Amino acid sequence: MYVAVKGGEAAIDNAHALLAEARRGDPAVPDLTVAQIREQMTLAVDRVMAEGSLYDPDLAALALKQARGDAVEAIFLVRAFRTTLPRLAHSLPVETGEMRAKRRISATFKDIPGGQILGPTFDYTHRLLDFALLDGETPPAAASAAAGPEAMPRVVDILGREGLIEADRPAPEGAEAGDLTRAPLEFPAGRDVRLQNLARGDEGFVLGLAYSSQRGFGSTHPFAGEIRVGTVEVEIVPEELGFPIVVGRVELTECQMISQFKGSKTQPPQFTRGYGLTFGHNERKAMAMAIVDRSLRADEFDEERRYPAQDEEFVLGHTDNVEASGFLQHLKLPHYVDFQGELVNIRALRRATQSARKQETAE
Amino acid sequence: MNAPDTGYNFAYLDEQTKRMIRRAILKAVAVPGYQVPFAGREMPLPYGWGTGGIQVTAAVIGADDTLKVIDQGADDTTNAVSIRRFFQRTAGVATTTETEKATLIQTRHRIPEARLGEHQILVYQVPIPEPLRWMEARESETRKMHALAEYGVMHVRLYEDIAHMGRIVKSYDYPVRVNGRYIMAPSPIPKFDNPKMDRMPALQLFGAGREKRIYAVPPYTRVESLDFEDHPFEIQTWSEGCALCGATDSYLDEVVTDDRGGRMMVCSDTDHCDKRRAAGHSGPMAAPYGETPR
Amino acid sequence: MIPFPSRDQTPAPNIPAPGFADPVRDAQRCFRRLLAALSYPGRPQEIGDLLPRGPEPLYSSTAALCLTLFDVDTPVWLEPGLDTPEVRQFLSFHCGCPIAAHPGEAAFALLPVAAAERLAAFHVGTPEYPDRAATLLIQTPSVTGGAPVAATGPGIPERQDFAVAGANGGFWSRRAAVDAAFPCGLDIVFVDPRQIVGLPRGVHAIGEDA
Repeated sequence: MYVAVKGGEAAIDNAHALLAEARRGDPAVPDLTVAQIREQMTLAVDRVMAEGSLYDPDLAALALKQARGDAVEAIFLVRAFRTTLPRLAHSLPVETGEMRAKRRISATFKDIPGGQILGPTFDYTHRLLDFALLDGETPPAAASAAAGPEAMPRVVDILGREGLIEADRPAPEGAEAGDLTRAPLEFPAGRDVRLQNLARGDEGFVLGLAYSSQRGFGSTHPFAGEIRVGTVEVEIVPEELGFPIVVGRVELTECQMISQFKGSKTQPPQFTRGYGLTFGHNERKAMAMAIVDRSLRADEFDEERRYPAQDEEFVLGHTDNVEASGFLQHLKLPHYVDFQGELVNIRALRRATQSARKQETAE
Repeated sequence: MNAPDTGYNFAYLDEQTKRMIRRAILKAVAVPGYQVPFAGREMPLPYGWGTGGIQVTAAVIGADDTLKVIDQGADDTTNAVSIRRFFQRTAGVATTTETEKATLIQTRHRIPEARLGEHQILVYQVPIPEPLRWMEARESETRKMHALAEYGVMHVRLYEDIAHMGRIVKSYDYPVRVNGRYIMAPSPIPKFDNPKMDRMPALQLFGAGREKRIYAVPPYTRVESLDFEDHPFEIQTWSEGCALCGATDSYLDEVVTDDRGGRMMVCSDTDHCDKRRAAGHSGPMAAPYGETPR
Repeated sequence: MIPFPSRDQTPAPNIPAPGFADPVRDAQRCFRRLLAALSYPGRPQEIGDLLPRGPEPLYSSTAALCLTLFDVDTPVWLEPGLDTPEVRQFLSFHCGCPIAAHPGEAAFALLPVAAAERLAAFHVGTPEYPDRAATLLIQTPSVTGGAPVAATGPGIPERQDFAVAGANGGFWSRRAAVDAAFPCGLDIVFVDPRQIVGLPRGVHAIGEDA
């Protein structure tokens, strides 16, 4: 006698209770606050904001807490929340040239107007576990120079004045930037949509693509023209006012990669640009994004598209970790109807081969 | 009109998103089998769990609908339970497990055994909407093939099966041609279900959330499974019937009963099996009807 | 002094005709009937009960369809005859849809049945993107009182007869010419004060005088 397994509802409820318990961990250890995550897990928060495409450190920290520290799950939570929000206004493009930078470096010039600012970076740390942190320690205050009023022109603009780098190509008057959260992705995509896709894209995947292009699966020879990290003002122009007002500040990481270009039939030898921009402090992502952006511009420079990082359909179709993680993990859902179809198939094929073999032996 | 117990709109989606999806559905109905791109939204369930079907259902469902959700033919699989709950919470609609009583049926991987009627809409969850994807990875190329009805690659692919293995080995997501024009992926239903799509009186809607496509088969529309004159399309058959209800005309799941090779076959459509047993039909392994928690 | 609001039945010109009493529920109901109309071509569906009235000269049924379908993403063409300040105000207030400067830019068009010879002016989509074709909402005095037309195709078991008033002349042959380029074509919804009849592009319809 057979009774089919029942109780999907109860199983789901129990699973959720177990999940809540696992998230909390040992109740003897104090509960982690969202403020602690926001202040002390800042780079995780920044990644969730960047790939979740929502600038809200508190919600990103909450998502990380709820997701047990899993970045992709936290990004998913933020995305699903973001999609329900009304669009109240479009901001003006932010002016990164007027960024209040806490870090700004160029690998192409020894000194630049505005200076190099090392800022908070892992770059020159020795990666030795700091056991002092086990006991909770307050670091000594860092020396801080009063932020000078000196302007920080973009390094690429310095090259631009000499005509050595391709000119920026401003969008035509009245053109609207695409938004792949409001319109389906089409190929070929514009650079605006490509950059949006990369900015939301999985850091690891974009990093891997950029790395592949550096290793020869592509043809970028990039220099880090400039990386700057800091806050910029976000402005909107309310219809009833007709002039811009500041609605907030966001922290951004911007990277301008400079690539050599030998010239083509229509264009002289010059440097070319790759651009990366992320919410928060995320140099790895911004640099990788800039390299992939340049790779995807192959057609503009009559470069043959031969490698994955140059292939728009391949890159844009696979950057999104919410999509990728969902599709991969859906294999956990029951597939027994289809598997039964395959069983019927394989058995029939085996019967056919076996009877054919028997016949051969008989002959 | 808010959802019963959430801060979200009725059926979760905001009205502008619903309008966008509704417009896509209308175009899908107007061009049977053509995949309409739509600006799919992130849903609070993961991609792969039926976000396309859920968005279509959310755009279509109304307070007077009765919803049935099945996965693998069953109402009580975890994902079906989860999606049904989602609409109970966000739309407060009546739900049912009885196929005939449903006005809206969302499904993953099956078409119910009972013949659907004009009062019903069947919503399929679709993972890969492009039937040509395995032959051509590029969207820019497959789009051209559909535009020109240039489907040679598909026929070559199916014929290769016959040449190598003596038969077409595709057992699910078996490609169909809709109204003599578009080749369409029926979603991963077993090919056993393909004939049910042909001239079905109910409207069939397909939602692919991750791939952001919606397509449709209007009622009473020709749906042919691709085949060759010398290798006509065939559906799966079993040598035995359902062990519980004795049905010999339904799609069967194989249940492993022990580790010594024990197997039994049972209806994948749990409502169909239930109805038959209530009507007095019985298979070799059945407890008398009413004595099991079924 | 501020004048006291009048209780007249005729609205002041600056107050748009009303929208749905329950926008979420009513838009869903209207959509389902429209979906039924396009799924079962030629079969009239009731939609006269969703709005008390439309902006002159739109029927309340037509206005309900506008509220259900139009928004900032859908340029709408208003055929002369239906292009009145009341209609523009209604669409701008409730839908926020842009008004198309040319028929070819429109996602939706509102036209009286007499203007049906305009069919060729609308965008029929492309072979790659046939979904970009326009949807025409054509006002007619009656979707049942005209010359009989026989329709066959998707959504129709054998043959469906219907009879849109005013859709005679060369209308049916013009439509056939536009739809010969399937999958490109135009999707039409005939609207009378109470009912709608859907006619998607793939459905063959043969008029008496075609």
